[in-house]
Amino acid sequence: MDLQEILKQLGETFLDWNAMGEVIPKMFAVGLPNTLVLAVTSGIIGTLIGMVLALMGISRNPVARWIARIYTDVLRGLPAVLTILVIGLGFGPIIRQLTGSTSPYPLAVAALALMSGAYIGEIFRSGIQSVDKGQLEATRALGFGYGASMRLVVVPQGIRRVLPALVNQFIALIKDSSLVFVLGVLASEREVFQIGKDLAATSGNLSPYVAAGLFYLVMTIPLTHFVNWLDRRLRTGRPEKKEPDEAAAVVGKGAQA
Amino acid sequence: MSEFASGTLTAKNIHLSFGSNHVLRGIDLHVEKGTTASVIGPSGSGKSTLLRVMNRLIEPAKGDILLDGRSVLKDNPDELRRRIGMVFQQFNLFPHKTVADNVSLALRKLRGMSKEQARSEALAQLDLVGLKHKADARPANLSGGQQQRVAIARALAMKPEVMFFDEATSALDPELVKGVLALMTDLAQGGMTMVVVTHEMGFSRNVSDTVTFMDGGLVVESGSPEQLFTEPRTERLKGFLSDVL
Repeated sequence: MDLQEILKQLGETFLDWNAMGEVIPKMFAVGLPNTLVLAVTSGIIGTLIGMVLALMGISRNPVARWIARIYTDVLRGLPAVLTILVIGLGFGPIIRQLTGSTSPYPLAVAALALMSGAYIGEIFRSGIQSVDKGQLEATRALGFGYGASMRLVVVPQGIRRVLPALVNQFIALIKDSSLVFVLGVLASEREVFQIGKDLAATSGNLSPYVAAGLFYLVMTIPLTHFVNWLDRRLRTGRPEKKEPDEAAAVVGKGAQA
Repeated sequence: MSEFASGTLTAKNIHLSFGSNHVLRGIDLHVEKGTTASVIGPSGSGKSTLLRVMNRLIEPAKGDILLDGRSVLKDNPDELRRRIGMVFQQFNLFPHKTVADNVSLALRKLRGMSKEQARSEALAQLDLVGLKHKADARPANLSGGQQQRVAIARALAMKPEVMFFDEATSALDPELVKGVLALMTDLAQGGMTMVVVTHEMGFSRNVSDTVTFMDGGLVVESGSPEQLFTEPRTERLKGFLSDVL
């Protein structure tokens, strides 16, 4: 085989325009909405779970701390695919009996949310705990109770400084949503990866995977840059707004000198 | 004559331990309404801890705290702290809020004022400390001295009966100390009851009505500034003064 043939074969495997042309509209119409729905809903629920876990983790009640600790250790310690499979298959029959629904889609959202909640909980906890002790003390000295002090002063500051980590977690969630294919959802519920996978399986060609990859990159790369921007902004602060009288004062000094 | 609704604060036989560390070993402190008591002493002598016990940020193991002659240990500690303003060495302003919101937060949430009412009250307090023009700035964009004056305005906005100052000028650059001390002097002369933990011997000597020297969790000497600074009776105070003056 000469070089030209190798290149041609690679081109046909990865960049088969016919296969791409077939899969891309479907990814836009079905895959992308499903990926976004999976990531966004489980991200929102995961954030709520994470908030509760963080508050339990810093609670003065040892039982609450323990529960949060065990939950976090277990769900962060398991492979994502295992959690999705166990929750999706394990609770499927119960949901079917209760609601008559056979779709594993809600369970996929639940599994992703429970998993990301464990990570987000740790992110929030570390943020809240990094807030200077003087903030709580000063708030309490004004006459606020412990709960109000945490809610009004400590927690908002803690969350603000972990926003970049939170966006990173959301990026991970977009990628992890691809694992939902192990539950075998309905054709209309398939996300970007599985649509690529389906076509790749029938055509014996990897181009649909490449197309799926491009979809993920279009979602994740802007978010990565958003994280970097956010991080810089939080560290250096908003560009300071000079008050007119201060600018005038500087001009005045210059004029005098 | 007083600009403030000041109260009289008394601490009686205060004891506190952290584990085996006996931090306060029976402290008595009496601050008459409208007067300023300064508390001096080496680091680790328990001065700052005493302030935190007197507003019940830390509960004493033993002893009593009286405000206007009535014990406050059975009161809700959050309500007690609304009556005692506190200013910290590190300012502890809320960095995520504007200067005006720092001052108005407690007015809105604890005094139940409307947003507009709380803001106009906050602006009035900021005017008193000469920082009304910084109302919409963030604390990070202020100098240390300005931050501490905002912290004082934040405490004063609650109309406290007593003000605590915990080494309020120790974290400031030397050229900024003067402005904060001048403000504290104004408050003292305006009739605010104040307890001032400080390393500023000039302030302690010239502004306060009584001075308390603490060492090792005990009050070693107390009396008028004149007495303590010109005729210290104990070796420990003599040694301390020769170190700091």
